[in-house]
Amino acid sequence: MSATIEKPAVPAQAAGEKMIEVVGVSRRFSKKLDIAGKILAKLGAPIREEVVHAVDKVDLTIRKGEVVGLVGESGCGKSTLGRMVAGILPPSDGTILWKGKDRTGMGGKEARAAMLQAQMIFQDPMSSLNPRLKVAEIIGEAPLVHGLTSRAELARYVDEQMRRAGLDPAFKARYPHQFSGGQRQRIGIARALAVQPEFLVCDESVAALDVSIQAQILNLFMALRRELNLTYLFISHDLGVVEHLSDRVVIMYLGRVVEEAPTETVFARANHPYTQSLLAAVPRIEARKKAFATVKGEIPSPLNPPSGCHFHPRCPHAFDRCRVEIPALQEVAPGHKSRCHLNDLPNHGGQPV
Amino acid sequence: MEPSIPASAAPPTLQVRNLQTSFFTRAGVVKAVNDVSFNVGRGKVLGLVGESGSGKTVTGFSIMRLVDEPGRITGGEILFGGRDLVKASEEEMRDLRGNRIAMIFQDPMMTLNPVLRIDTQMIETMQAHRRISHEDARQRARDTLGMVGIPSPDERLKAYPHQFSGGMRQRVAIAIALLHEPELIVADEPTTALDVTIQGQILAEVQKLAANTGTSIIWITHDLSVVAGLADDIAVMYAGRIAEYGSVADVLDHPLHPYTVGLLGSVPSRNRRGEPLRQIPGMTPSLLSLPPGCPFQNRCPRSADVCRQDPPMAEIMPAHEARCFRPHLEKAEVAA
Repeated sequence: MSATIEKPAVPAQAAGEKMIEVVGVSRRFSKKLDIAGKILAKLGAPIREEVVHAVDKVDLTIRKGEVVGLVGESGCGKSTLGRMVAGILPPSDGTILWKGKDRTGMGGKEARAAMLQAQMIFQDPMSSLNPRLKVAEIIGEAPLVHGLTSRAELARYVDEQMRRAGLDPAFKARYPHQFSGGQRQRIGIARALAVQPEFLVCDESVAALDVSIQAQILNLFMALRRELNLTYLFISHDLGVVEHLSDRVVIMYLGRVVEEAPTETVFARANHPYTQSLLAAVPRIEARKKAFATVKGEIPSPLNPPSGCHFHPRCPHAFDRCRVEIPALQEVAPGHKSRCHLNDLPNHGGQPV
Repeated sequence: MEPSIPASAAPPTLQVRNLQTSFFTRAGVVKAVNDVSFNVGRGKVLGLVGESGSGKTVTGFSIMRLVDEPGRITGGEILFGGRDLVKASEEEMRDLRGNRIAMIFQDPMMTLNPVLRIDTQMIETMQAHRRISHEDARQRARDTLGMVGIPSPDERLKAYPHQFSGGMRQRVAIAIALLHEPELIVADEPTTALDVTIQGQILAEVQKLAANTGTSIIWITHDLSVVAGLADDIAVMYAGRIAEYGSVADVLDHPLHPYTVGLLGSVPSRNRRGEPLRQIPGMTPSLLSLPPGCPFQNRCPRSADVCRQDPPMAEIMPAHEARCFRPHLEKAEVAA
């Protein structure tokens, strides 16, 4: 795998320093054999541990002030990558550098500071909020423990966090179940912001919300970005949301990054056949009685991914080489990387197929 | 609704007239469906769109007569095949359900029994409604699975539901709904839980179906962009009522009701990238404490004193109805 290519070519917003650098990161999950399985395996039965390569040698750089959209379908490893970037899941291989330093090598105090700087906002606010705590406790607990505010100042501090997330501080003695879905998501946001992070990982944070509420939360994310100069990794399956919010888009398929480019480029000149089919499959509000584009086949099981290019069984352009050789993620234009053998064909020239 | 059908054509497959379904809870009476009327023509797709709590699912359940206690249909008519389903007996309904009217749920496991093989479930469904030999039923089951795009249907018939992926399970549920070639399918968010590429496949199958078999479909969803490409007509629901009803082109290109305008405005792809989305302020009101008059008035940028009275459903443009005193009529304003 090639090292992360550092390119000044990515437009304006990339000028910032590197916030997160993911280098050759993999994450495997294995199902341990139970005792019967172990005995059978000892006796020579063809039983092995099943290993899922959730994330397979991913390189990714996120610069300060950038919003990077991470897109993919279920099982592509986008959430696993997000958790590793947020620092709540250790990678199996590779390193994740936080502002140029490996988090695993940091000492106690430094490590804690780095952890606080990266916060995560989840999809389902109800399962990420303690149902037995009042909102004021949910939001105020972490900043108090980490000394970001004093006990005397706490009430005022919590009010400020709630207002910033668009919640009325008068509701702070309520429990999460007394709020609507959109408001609960705001509580999750207020809790993340309460420890003054610089970097937010949003994992499908608006997926469960109604359209009108989704718009409110997206607007809040954009306002907070301007106000607090936040950096985001925005994970979503919804291309419309990602297009609206992101500066750069990374597309994953079965654990690998297949394409990476500035947002306009991805939506105007997608290079990888998977990205193209994904874009074609998105229902568009402008469409009228259109024939829905179909990608043939299903998403293969990550337990037993196809050889070579993972997308080849569904790809309309697959040829022999795709079945045997894993394509490399290579640059097809400045700041635009794609993992496809078609780009090596002489008459192809990196143009969309 | 559809200009291509002359007025003298056969009556629509389904006519819902002033339907009211209420839930009698301890906290009060919740009018989940409040004076809802629409038609679904033969081979047509009606998109029933709304946010959570708008009453779209309860409308679907009312048509199937599947509303459970403390809910009850309290008024109106559901005319299907020359009779009123509101007045039909439970035996009549059992004969219709799965036979002439079928339902597809968001979660296919609502349809499928996890401990029975697919063939058992499909053959059982067929034999419940008509005299058919085991072998013929099996044949029909196999053909139907093939029709919804399940590869090697012969082998898949012998599988259990858990051996299918989410998308395939939904296809099986659709195949079961199709077994009796129903005249009407009520589909409640059937692709919401699926990935985009799989959703595209299912939508393509459904389109083919409606076109080839003449089955009418009510497609219940929160996603305007899905029905944009799929439906003929759209009914937008808000707080238990239909806010706007018309052809897809009319409703999406020239929305009349401020709620529809707001919904369309908050779709990210309709906004300039990076700019704030045009959001609808506030949130959906609780059906227990609706303001008197138009339920949307507190969130509406156009509300006025008159909105404290109940707006009637009115045909504001030809074949394009809205329940609003101050609809968007100026095209320029909406087009922005």
